[in-house]
Amino acid sequence: MEKFAITLIIFTVFWGLIGIVLPFLIPKGQNKRLIQVMLTLTSACCWLFWLCFYLHQWKPLFGPQLKRDNARIIRSLWGSEF
Amino acid sequence: MTLCQLFLQPDAAYSCISELGELGIVQFRDLNPNVNSFQRKYVNEVRRCEEMERKLRFLETEIKKDELPIYDPEDNPDAPKPREMIDLEATFEKLDHELKEINTNADALLRNFNELTELKHNLTMTQGFFDDAEMAFTPAHNRNQRDSDDDQVQLLYEYSMISHNKLGFITGVVPRERMVAFERMLWRVCRGNVFLRQAEIPELIEDPVSGEKLHKTVFVVFFQGEQLKNRVQKICEGFRANIYPCPENPHERRELAMGVMTRLEDLTVVLSQTQDHRQRVLAATSRNLRTWQIKVKKIKAIYHTMNMFNNDVARKCLIAECWAPVSELDRIQLALRKGSEASGGGTVSSVLNRMVTREQPPTHHKLNKFTQGFQNLVDAYGVATYREINPMPFVLITFPFLFAVMFGDAGHGILVTIFALWMVLKERSLKDKWRNQEVWTIFFGGRYIILLMGIFSIYTGIIYNDVFSKSLNIFGSSWRVRFGDDTLAKHDSVMLEPTPYNYTRSGDYRQMFSGTPYPIGLDPVWQLADNKITYTNSVKMKFAIIIGITQMGFGLFLSLWNHLHFNHRHAIYLEFLPQIIFLACIFFYLIILIFYKWTSFDGSKATDAPSLLIHLINMILFSYKTDPPSAAVFYTGQKQFQTFLILLAVLCVPWMLLGKPIYRIVMNKRRANRGVVLDADVRDTDTEDMLDDEHSHQQHHQHEVEMSEVWVEQGIHTIEYFLGCISHTASYLRLWALSLAHAQLSEVLWHMILHLGLSMNGYGGAIASFFVFMPWSSLTVFILLLMEGLSAFLHALRLHWVEFQSKFYKGEGYPFVPFSFRLLLDEAPVEA
Repeated sequence: MEKFAITLIIFTVFWGLIGIVLPFLIPKGQNKRLIQVMLTLTSACCWLFWLCFYLHQWKPLFGPQLKRDNARIIRSLWGSEF
Repeated sequence: MTLCQLFLQPDAAYSCISELGELGIVQFRDLNPNVNSFQRKYVNEVRRCEEMERKLRFLETEIKKDELPIYDPEDNPDAPKPREMIDLEATFEKLDHELKEINTNADALLRNFNELTELKHNLTMTQGFFDDAEMAFTPAHNRNQRDSDDDQVQLLYEYSMISHNKLGFITGVVPRERMVAFERMLWRVCRGNVFLRQAEIPELIEDPVSGEKLHKTVFVVFFQGEQLKNRVQKICEGFRANIYPCPENPHERRELAMGVMTRLEDLTVVLSQTQDHRQRVLAATSRNLRTWQIKVKKIKAIYHTMNMFNNDVARKCLIAECWAPVSELDRIQLALRKGSEASGGGTVSSVLNRMVTREQPPTHHKLNKFTQGFQNLVDAYGVATYREINPMPFVLITFPFLFAVMFGDAGHGILVTIFALWMVLKERSLKDKWRNQEVWTIFFGGRYIILLMGIFSIYTGIIYNDVFSKSLNIFGSSWRVRFGDDTLAKHDSVMLEPTPYNYTRSGDYRQMFSGTPYPIGLDPVWQLADNKITYTNSVKMKFAIIIGITQMGFGLFLSLWNHLHFNHRHAIYLEFLPQIIFLACIFFYLIILIFYKWTSFDGSKATDAPSLLIHLINMILFSYKTDPPSAAVFYTGQKQFQTFLILLAVLCVPWMLLGKPIYRIVMNKRRANRGVVLDADVRDTDTEDMLDDEHSHQQHHQHEVEMSEVWVEQGIHTIEYFLGCISHTASYLRLWALSLAHAQLSEVLWHMILHLGLSMNGYGGAIASFFVFMPWSSLTVFILLLMEGLSAFLHALRLHWVEFQSKFYKGEGYPFVPFSFRLLLDEAPVEA
């Protein structure tokens, strides 16, 4: 549960830095507004995309269905402990 | 953007326009639209320019014929003064004349040369015939000749002995392919009474008349009598054989041959000297050709522009009207001053005067090479109405992002990015290459778009965990297989346990999911799962709906911004509010439900998890059942809350349908009662043209708006919006559909092609891997990158044009096309 929260915070802060803090640091110039809009939109879209996939996998309603051989291979490759 | 009037002195006009052309920020209006182009003031100058261009084109073809390089000027030559134009004309005339002369001379010399060559061959071959004939007269000596010649010569000898008559002959040269037909024709026409001898010329000869290189044959025809001679001559003419006179006397023949040889040598020398002279002339021209072309284009453009002006005879000046951005007026004044000074510093300088008008000005966006591509995408649908919000800065990011959601493969994204990076980094050298290939110019023009598309595709590929249909396991999967050997032996396939804690009462439970999701993107275990598609369908569809509704809501807020800018207070309350409330009640509520479902239901309650689609449908239909469990309410007060939301949403429909027309009726009544409009709400153009806004707008709104039109228009807008909300939301599901198709295509290529080669063992496997790469890579490029890329591009574009822009964009403007030399020169395609 803690790991979940930490990851969530790390990515939110990452994209928040790019999308909210960085725009204030863009130097004055011809393209300042454009770059600010680009940064904000990019970070909003990318964060939302990441968030949807992260939340969907947090509480899955069903697990992966593996063929017998694949299951054996995974069991030996990845082990049985987390 | 303001309409300006320029008053120009006729002497200064040319240089002023030249300066404005270099500046490139005014758009001139045609003040003489009804005047035929042949009756305009400067039509002669334009004609002269066209004549100069024609001569330059002729020179260019001649240079290209000789395959000389044309030197491209680095700098931008200025438009020359009117006096210089006469010099240029003289230079071109001289060059034109000279080159034509050289060409004519060279042609005549070449024809002469070819004729003499044929004559030379003629003489050489016929020499052979007559020698044979003479040798036959020497009796009994040297009878060891070849048989065929022997027969023929014997015939000749006998015939001449018998008839004692002089045999006439004609010699000539005929193309080899016609020789057989020629012989047959001679035989038939002259009834076998002529004697033909032929010899082939071994090398290719250039025909003097047609200029082609052919194989030719020399022939000599012997006959007796005038009639036969005429017939033979006519046949020769018919077969276009070149007849050459040949003296009978061997001594004369030898002299003629010598003469021909000397003349041929002389001609060769003269020809080569002519060619050298031509090369020299063309080389000198090629250095200046491009500069001249640019100068002539500029002159022509200036005179075309000046043709649009009004010649005011009374005040002895030219009047021009142009659109110019208000912020650039200083630079324009400066350019006018420069122009006036350059043309001799007249006492009166040119004057710029701002005009007021009710016409809609052209729309001008300040762009650079990066934003130009995206603006083209937006403008392809419609140019923005004057002063309305430009969707381009937002489209700049959302378009590549939505493309990437549909394209979603990091490996393909890397390939696309590399291609785009190559185009962007090599911009300068690639700019003028392959200008005639339309497909290339399209790709090159969109290089920045493709670059962004590629970069976002790498990101979405990482989130989908799809690199050429394979997954990466960087952080360690969150799933483990904890089945024993006995379970695995009993079942063909097993499903891992999704709940991370023991929710059953029994001790059989084994934890197979760690409880923490894979940090970035999709867990790599799903790559091997049979039910991967079922799992990803769910998340992709939900994301598609979320991003779609977010984008539409964003579009609505842009429309709010538009209303605020144009000061349409009534539109905010009567259009924006019902729209946003409807969207929020139904679709933002849906997004909240999606997030709620993601965070509240886990594997232990899988059967109770609500199906959101069923709940949405039931919400609208007001039907609340208790079975199956996926359709039952899942939070207290759901029924009441949802009913409230639906009623609120339904209320928005008449609010939007009736609001604006009733407002207009009220406004019309008020206007009818008072004489003048004092309402600030009714102003609807930009507040910067403060010259006499109120006055012009009062006049504009004096006339009543036709009520039936307003009702119909509002009805259309209402239906379009509310139906559109639902249909556009469903339309966003194409994001899911295309990404599924792409992933499946990618996987097919892996399983059916690359896997075959890589799964074979040994040396055979190595060779198979080599051969299998070719179809895999070409199919990847052509089907996945090009076809799927084009498809995703198109769908992302449609989503922007229809679903996003219909919420706020009118797109009824016309573009600002300034008079700019730079634009003029860039657009001109390089001749093939």
